Amino acid sequence: MGVFITILGLLVFAFFAPWIHRIAKSYTGWLFALIPASGFAYFISLLPAINAGGVVQYSIEWFPALDTSLSFYIDGLSLLMGLLITGIGSFILIFAQGYLHKHMLQGRFFSYLLVFMAAMLGVVTSDNLILLFVFWELTSISSYMLIGYYHGNEDARRKALQALLVTGLGGVALLAGVIMLGLASESWTVSALLNGSFSAAEHAWYPYILVLVLLGAFTKSAQFPFHFWLPNAMAGPAPVSAYLHSATMVKAGVFLLARLNPALGDTMSWTMALCGFGMVTMLWGAINGLLQTDLKSILAYTTLSVLGMLTMLLGIGTDYAMKSALIFLLGHALYKATLFMTAGSVDHESGTRDVKILGGLRAVMPITAFAAGLAALSKSGFPPFFGFLGKEYVYKAGSYLDQFAPIILIAAVLTNIILMSLALKAGVHPYWGKLNKENYPKSPHEAPLSMYLGPVVLAVTGLLIGMFPGQLVTPLLSPAASAVAGHPVDIGISLWHGFNLPLLLSILTLAGGLTLFALRRRIWYEWSQRIKPPFTFDDLYMACFNGFVAVAKWQTRLLQSGYLRRYLLITFTASLVLISYKLSLFGGIPDNFDLWSANFIEWATAIIIISSLIVIVKTQSRMTALLAMGVTGFGVAIVFILYGAPDVAITQILVETLTLVLFMLVIYRLPAFRKLSGVKTRIFDGIFSVSVGLIITLLVLKAQNLDIAPTISGQFGEWSYLEAKGRNVVNVILVDFRALDTLGEIVVVGIAALGIFALVLKGKGENS
Amino acid sequence: MSTLIAIIIGALVAAGVYCLLRRSLMKLVIGIALLGQAVNLLVFSANGLKSANPPLIEASAKTLAEGTADPLPQALVLTAIVIGFGLISFSLALMGVTYQKTGHDDIDALTNTDT
Amino acid sequence: MKSTILDVTARLLLPWLFFTSLFILYRGHNLPGGGFIGGLVGASGFILLVMGPGLEAAKRALRVDPFSLIGVGLLLAVLSGIGGVFMGNAFMAGLWLPTFSLPLLGTVHLGTPLIFDIGVYLVVMGFTLAMIFSLSEADS
Repeated sequence: MGVFITILGLLVFAFFAPWIHRIAKSYTGWLFALIPASGFAYFISLLPAINAGGVVQYSIEWFPALDTSLSFYIDGLSLLMGLLITGIGSFILIFAQGYLHKHMLQGRFFSYLLVFMAAMLGVVTSDNLILLFVFWELTSISSYMLIGYYHGNEDARRKALQALLVTGLGGVALLAGVIMLGLASESWTVSALLNGSFSAAEHAWYPYILVLVLLGAFTKSAQFPFHFWLPNAMAGPAPVSAYLHSATMVKAGVFLLARLNPALGDTMSWTMALCGFGMVTMLWGAINGLLQTDLKSILAYTTLSVLGMLTMLLGIGTDYAMKSALIFLLGHALYKATLFMTAGSVDHESGTRDVKILGGLRAVMPITAFAAGLAALSKSGFPPFFGFLGKEYVYKAGSYLDQFAPIILIAAVLTNIILMSLALKAGVHPYWGKLNKENYPKSPHEAPLSMYLGPVVLAVTGLLIGMFPGQLVTPLLSPAASAVAGHPVDIGISLWHGFNLPLLLSILTLAGGLTLFALRRRIWYEWSQRIKPPFTFDDLYMACFNGFVAVAKWQTRLLQSGYLRRYLLITFTASLVLISYKLSLFGGIPDNFDLWSANFIEWATAIIIISSLIVIVKTQSRMTALLAMGVTGFGVAIVFILYGAPDVAITQILVETLTLVLFMLVIYRLPAFRKLSGVKTRIFDGIFSVSVGLIITLLVLKAQNLDIAPTISGQFGEWSYLEAKGRNVVNVILVDFRALDTLGEIVVVGIAALGIFALVLKGKGENS
Repeated sequence: MSTLIAIIIGALVAAGVYCLLRRSLMKLVIGIALLGQAVNLLVFSANGLKSANPPLIEASAKTLAEGTADPLPQALVLTAIVIGFGLISFSLALMGVTYQKTGHDDIDALTNTDT
Repeated sequence: MKSTILDVTARLLLPWLFFTSLFILYRGHNLPGGGFIGGLVGASGFILLVMGPGLEAAKRALRVDPFSLIGVGLLLAVLSGIGGVFMGNAFMAGLWLPTFSLPLLGTVHLGTPLIFDIGVYLVVMGFTLAMIFSLSEADS
């Protein structure tokens, strides 16, 4: 219930955000922060129950016929994510208040951010698979709006679109995967997937489900080769980068993998895919991060690397790996959000994010420097920070594996060394050293309260839970790890585990990281100049994108020629093929030819109609064509009379007459017929139209022979007088049994009259 | 007669399609009208043509006697004829205005969307 | 081209066609006829006026705008359906007055389907006339 109210509240406030902003002005962020804060309080209140092994479920009917309901399911994993989303979200809203202060569209920004928050909460708490997908897509869309917030900038628009297309592509795959999963498990809820009654690995669709779900998760969490959108998403304002692209949204993919691990995991293909792609992403992000000189880019690449590591840990799949993944996830959310916010503050207050210029800001921005420093130390894995634990546990998870342990450990150590140096670059380098004020675009000064509150609180939290892990983290992470593993897992966390391989590796990492940090200037000024990749994935994306546009243009030119004739030929040919196919299914050419039972009147009618049709087609006189058309119409009316339909026949005769009158009124405004097309075209059209007519003839013959479904006509005949007091069954159907259809029809006729009136009136108005 | 009806429908369709494929606006509208006739007849005869007696309940009876024509396709076709009338009227008005505005009655000269 | 014979005939036929159309409308429930046919016949009288004496004469004879006919017709059709809803029945369910007899017409059933049919009659007649009037107007 509480989740639903929080999501609803966020959406309602999102709708009114621009107006509220107009009134609340510079208090808006603080005001809005109360909503996720109350959601945070709600999640905290659930903690005892969840820690005792319970889950919270809540459901409202939505589309019962489609097995889709607004149902929510909160276990340890959802709770952890929910706390992160609401907790960090509150500070992000406050931060955005200061960061975008006096920005023209700040109200709208809050609106997007609240929508995103609601969507993200929905993703982590949905029980229904379809609902999960809906929220998933909503995060993509709100992320698009947020990345493209500086919409006057063409590059920002392009990057926002790129993020939308890449994650949207994954979203479509996920939808397919979720539907297959739902069909395969015969239930549409996450909770049913988790209770162990369904084993996806044994289902025939498992490979497809796996590929589709992984596509969704990998695009969202920016795994190689879909990683390129994440660094580009830094085009958005700092609060967006801090919130969406480090703490929450990019974790949605990891969350999904963790969520479905009990249902889909524990197979060879799962492990290989997650470990493989995770490891590549991890190394790719770290190595590329090394070359960056933009503060936000450095952070973006480290985020990429961490996402890879999380995926890899989930792939390893041991209890230890789950634990370390969750510890890492929590720790990363805390310090990375802090670092992104402090980077935003630095950018905001000093005017630059270039690490080559930055330095010595400690003197003018002491509080920001303090928060950034704490976060950086945590991120680099110094004890007793939480980041140290994360790193330790990664090594432990690795060293407990048998086969791949060496590869994973080497990759992890290498990555961590680089990540540590990057952490120091982002969190320490800008604040230490000598302050050269003349280098900065503006005179740097301390950020306002709204902008350092969040970083300080989050960084201190990271320090505290690192010092008292048993008291502060175990109650939260144990149920989460149990939810991911699918069976109870106890996280007994402590800082000191004795002298063993993980500790040795931690020390190695610290030493390597410090060395690399010391070499930073050489890397920026020398190495990054020398390394020029032959192509970037962004180029590859643009090539695909342009390719798509080119193909779309080509096929539009082909299909949308603008010539009616071509459209008609395509349409009729397609119809012919389909009808012929269906005919062949029903036994091919019908055998009920029976021309000889027809009497004289019937033959005469047929001959009249067909000869007048020939006249219509051949004549060069408009008047003759019209009169022949009239004859055809009257011929059809005779058919109606012959087969017991006086009402229809009368209507046909009247309408035919009126049509002729209308034709007469218009005809003299148009020029006479000319022979516009050549002989060849006419012969082709003749053959084409005769074959269309032939197929239709066969179709009609076939239809007359088939008795597929019983009709309701008999019922109408019985009820007509007794129930509806009418002896003319046709009329009773029109005005009583099927009166709603007739109502629809006369509405259409009325609209047609309005349309004609507008056409003629417009024609007159513009001419006079 | 069923076979003859099928042939009539086929002929109407053939003539209609041929007219639609012409480049003259006027033939286009005639083609639409002919196709409309064909479809009306098709619906009318789709369930087989069984009787020449109209579906009227006799003054002495309370329900429709056996052996009368099927009332349902008749009701469908009746509305279809009126709707078809609306369609033709609209097409005629559109044709008139199009010619008045563009000065063309040649459809191939009308490939621009914004004229 | 003016034709006195056409003028006079059109003026003479108008009331006849109009009352015939009403009769066709009424009898449609039991015999061939009804709102569609009635509406078309009703319109034809005025169309003859357009062809003979001219558009202005037809408009004068009709007195109201054909579009009002369409509007009133649609309104009647919708209203006839609402009655059933108030009686706890479905939209468009028929309601009937007790049967009575009249000279000339015989046994009379009056009910909402007749009102609906009148709506159809007005829409069809209004549409046809709106068409003819707009197109002849554009002509002149």
